[in-house]
Amino acid sequence: MGHTKHNPIVRALFNDDDVVLGAVKDLRSNGYHVSEVYSPFPIHGLDEAMGLKRTRLSTAAFFYGLTGLFFASWLTYYTMTLDWPQNIGGKPNAYWFLNMPSFIPVMFELTVFFAAHLMCWSYFAVNKLYPGAKAQNPDPRTTDDHFLMEVELEGEEADLTKKLQELGALEISKVEA
Amino acid sequence: MHYESPVRNPLILGDKSYSDITNDIAKPVESKAPRAWWIAFSIAFVMFLWGVGCILYTIGTGIGVWGLNKTVDWAWDITNFVWWVGIGHAGTLISAVLLLFRQKWRMAINRSAEAMTIFSVIQAGLFPLIHMGRIWMAYWVMPIPNQFGSLWVNFNSPLLWDVFAISTYLTVSTVFWYVGLIPDFAMIRDRAINPVQKHIYKILSFGWGGQAKHWQRFEEVSLVLAGLATPLVLSVHTIVSFDFATSVIPGWHTTIFPPYFVAGAIFSGFAMVQTLLLIVRKIFKMEDYINIEHIEMMNIVIMVTGSIVGVAYITELFIAWYSGVEYEQYAFLNRATGPYWWAYWSMMTCNVFSPQFMWSKKLRTNLIFTFVISIVVNIGMWFERFVIIVTSIHRDYLPSSWSMFSPTFVDIGIYIGTIGFFFVLFLLYARTFPVIAQAELKTILKSSGENFKKHHDEHGAH
Repeated sequence: MGHTKHNPIVRALFNDDDVVLGAVKDLRSNGYHVSEVYSPFPIHGLDEAMGLKRTRLSTAAFFYGLTGLFFASWLTYYTMTLDWPQNIGGKPNAYWFLNMPSFIPVMFELTVFFAAHLMCWSYFAVNKLYPGAKAQNPDPRTTDDHFLMEVELEGEEADLTKKLQELGALEISKVEA
Repeated sequence: MHYESPVRNPLILGDKSYSDITNDIAKPVESKAPRAWWIAFSIAFVMFLWGVGCILYTIGTGIGVWGLNKTVDWAWDITNFVWWVGIGHAGTLISAVLLLFRQKWRMAINRSAEAMTIFSVIQAGLFPLIHMGRIWMAYWVMPIPNQFGSLWVNFNSPLLWDVFAISTYLTVSTVFWYVGLIPDFAMIRDRAINPVQKHIYKILSFGWGGQAKHWQRFEEVSLVLAGLATPLVLSVHTIVSFDFATSVIPGWHTTIFPPYFVAGAIFSGFAMVQTLLLIVRKIFKMEDYINIEHIEMMNIVIMVTGSIVGVAYITELFIAWYSGVEYEQYAFLNRATGPYWWAYWSMMTCNVFSPQFMWSKKLRTNLIFTFVISIVVNIGMWFERFVIIVTSIHRDYLPSSWSMFSPTFVDIGIYIGTIGFFFVLFLLYARTFPVIAQAELKTILKSSGENFKKHHDEHGAH
């Protein structure tokens, strides 16, 4: 975010989640920008340490759910009140609101349906996940027991390499941006 | 950060590293199927084929091939429907409710429990479809514009609520399951050697890379889905119970049905999870991950929900007496002492009496005993639905119409067929999918792994 010039990237491989978390905190406090960490499982507190913003997917889910609720209200109003009102078990059908208690189950189900499915589609879209997509992790070991960190190179490469070695990196390599 | 009280037993046994977890969970997918798997699969497949034959016979000839008559016009089909939906509930309960309650022991069992949910809801969905008779008209349950003077479906009907509830439940459970599966498919993709296998898991894993932002979204989506699935699972069996409770049949027209059905669903679902996982952990050597701790926890849930069901049975009897309505009173007297007394007392024995053994720690940590009880509970829960449905309608308001129900070979064949279909799906799943949510499990290794806990106890927290 906000980086207009593309610095080369240095990749460092770790084999412990606590070590990688400590390394991220250390590098950040020394002015480095940790642009990415690939890990086999979610590391608690990593997003905060990297300075990532909160995801807005849950807010989106709320509005998706609201859409479902409105859709269900409109659907039951249109079919049961407007288009062809019928006397069903003597239930009031002159106004949608009077008949509404019977529609609560469907309104609830469609709220959940819209919220869950649209949120998942959004999740796939923002993560660029789709069937057959190329693996996004550069090193296959990061789905097993390794952790790959990408740091933007600022200043001398030797300084950063030394720093990463001190922080417990097993392998260090440079990638031109 | 990775500290857990020594009071809690370890959830991952043995001296495990992250890599050991990967290897152990990828093993069933990468190795040849054990002999026991082929035997089980063959039996299930034959049962499935028999069921397909009976379904085709029903569709080709008509519902008349079942044992229904004009008094008992709902019997095994709806019994099986409710039974299968109920079994499905434990999967969602484990993955959603236990996630909200932060119960770590769910992590070893949620994947298989959710698979069980999806496969059993598929079985459940078959019954209303077949019972329509003209299955090619099934799309009429959807509110779609049509040429019959815009004749819409009836949104006042609990049967239509069921259509919405079951389809929402099935599809939402499937995406919940799949979102969790993606990182584990990626794990198999990244270690696959066989190019065909690698390609298949590449397609299934959607390109997952495990970036920090993606994990952050993953956790948020899992939490929100759990929050949505929790009321959803309660609503589904509530709505199933409305199919009965909103009618005016004595024995059905009761307000206790929703909570009573939900408790029964969780009860039978946990029993089915026990049955399946006791086999899976043995065949695929997952004893370190699904251990006595997990079995015991599930047995406690079975004991509690079984007792809730027992209270519901007794409440029903009391209310029938207290209501002063003679039809209601007769319905319950007839259940317990009428011609179907054996079904009623099988239900009582299996569901209320048998789970009480779980008060004993020795029995609830015994694997063979657990396995037997898990099957007894599912037999009992089938009888519960049979008792509610058939004994309530076989003697109606008009004694000249009283009759009995006896199933034909087609009724039995379709039921056996769905059991076969369920196991065909589950066995295929167990060979090709990571049966334990390994990415999630790795997050608790340092707090709940036996080796790490021992290290903490000896050296103190760091």
